[in-house]
Amino acid sequence: MRIAEHVDVSASPAIVFEQVSDPSRVLDFFAGVTRWECVGGPRAGLGARYRMLMRVGSAEVGGLIEVVEFDAGRDLAWNSVTGIDQRGRWRVRRGEQGLTRVELRLQFGVAGGGIWGWLSEHLAAPIVRGNVKRTLAQLKRAVEHEQVRAEASRRRAART
Amino acid sequence: MTATATRNGHGNPDIAREALQSGGVFGAIRRFVGGRVPVADLDERDPDYIRETLPRLWLLSSLWFRGEVRGLGNVPEDGPVLLVGNHSGGNLTPDTTVFTLAFSTYFGVERAFHQLAHNLVLSHPALSFLRKYGTVAASMENAKRALDSGAAVLVYPGGDYEVHRPSWQRNRVDFGGRKGFIRLAIEQDVPLVPVVAVGGQETALFLSRGEHLAGALGLDKLFRLKVLPLSLALPWGLNVGDLLGHIPLPAKITVEALPPIHLREEFGPEPDVDEVYEHVVRLMQETLEALAAERRFPVIG
Repeated sequence: MRIAEHVDVSASPAIVFEQVSDPSRVLDFFAGVTRWECVGGPRAGLGARYRMLMRVGSAEVGGLIEVVEFDAGRDLAWNSVTGIDQRGRWRVRRGEQGLTRVELRLQFGVAGGGIWGWLSEHLAAPIVRGNVKRTLAQLKRAVEHEQVRAEASRRRAART
Repeated sequence: MTATATRNGHGNPDIAREALQSGGVFGAIRRFVGGRVPVADLDERDPDYIRETLPRLWLLSSLWFRGEVRGLGNVPEDGPVLLVGNHSGGNLTPDTTVFTLAFSTYFGVERAFHQLAHNLVLSHPALSFLRKYGTVAASMENAKRALDSGAAVLVYPGGDYEVHRPSWQRNRVDFGGRKGFIRLAIEQDVPLVPVVAVGGQETALFLSRGEHLAGALGLDKLFRLKVLPLSLALPWGLNVGDLLGHIPLPAKITVEALPPIHLREEFGPEPDVDEVYEHVVRLMQETLEALAAERRFPVIG
């Protein structure tokens, strides 16, 4: 099952990417995620490994994931090492009118799950899609509020 | 009997023949069933099988039982641990289904996890798949073997006695005075994590354990069964014994894992079994009452 949603954020791609690539901030905006902790390797960037769990229905699913693509300011992709099969990607691109388009893609399933696997993927999809949409909304709010605070701070500093 | 036959739990006709020659009919049945009790082979647990069947468990747990498991962060991240649960729901035990799914997804199927079950459960040909989930016959030796291997072990001390308690006692932890799990945790020096579940006893209307009936029929001596339960359950109506199972009502199952108890740290180098037992049961009873208080309606939750 593949889920992709996007949102336009009023901030530069660099600021957005800084937010999504910082493992210590993930729990602040990633809806449904109950755990995102570093497990060996670099803390962030290519090769970083995290144990992540997302509540879907009656279980917290996920497992060990590894960052397999890290293009600073543009792309961050991960693959599952253990747990359910999953691929995820943050895609950050400069949009029109000074906005930044942020796309979150999640692909998940259980290889060998058969008809039950297919059924559970489709029934879990609305839950995961809801989490993805909320994640993007929370990310937008967090980044834009941070922008506003940073600009206000700069103005105050300029006055003094 | 070959080792394979024993391990796989398939009855060997020779056993039955020998048993018949050496005793009465009851003795023969007892020895035959005894011969079918699988010896714990921890290697029968199959992580790939568990992983592939997680979607099935997820569907059952999420859609039918609306399962909710809390406090898994209380379970030590690694190493042997004894999970002690209250048991509900007749022979189908939905609390085990919900907890097994949650444990397997939370810690990953790679973490060894064994559940102790009644010998008869593992002897049932239709339930042989349970061994792939890591279920082993309930005995002190099997539990020790699993804990020695570093696995998490789930035990239901109340077993068949608790699981068939009347529905009006659904919010009562009733281990029937069985304290073997305390001795096990002390001997193995492993943390004990109470796991409290509510809702299972609402999946049918359980009327009676039928202890007198079981005693009169000699089921305890034959099959280690202390009960012959009576319930009103789908699709049978009046359900005697629950040996064929039943269609459970879609009761909401909520499970909570409590913080680990390190017996020697909390009760001294030689913990008193009775004192620990009372402490654990009281803790679980309080939690069960709190979980029950959250429920507004039976079944619906």
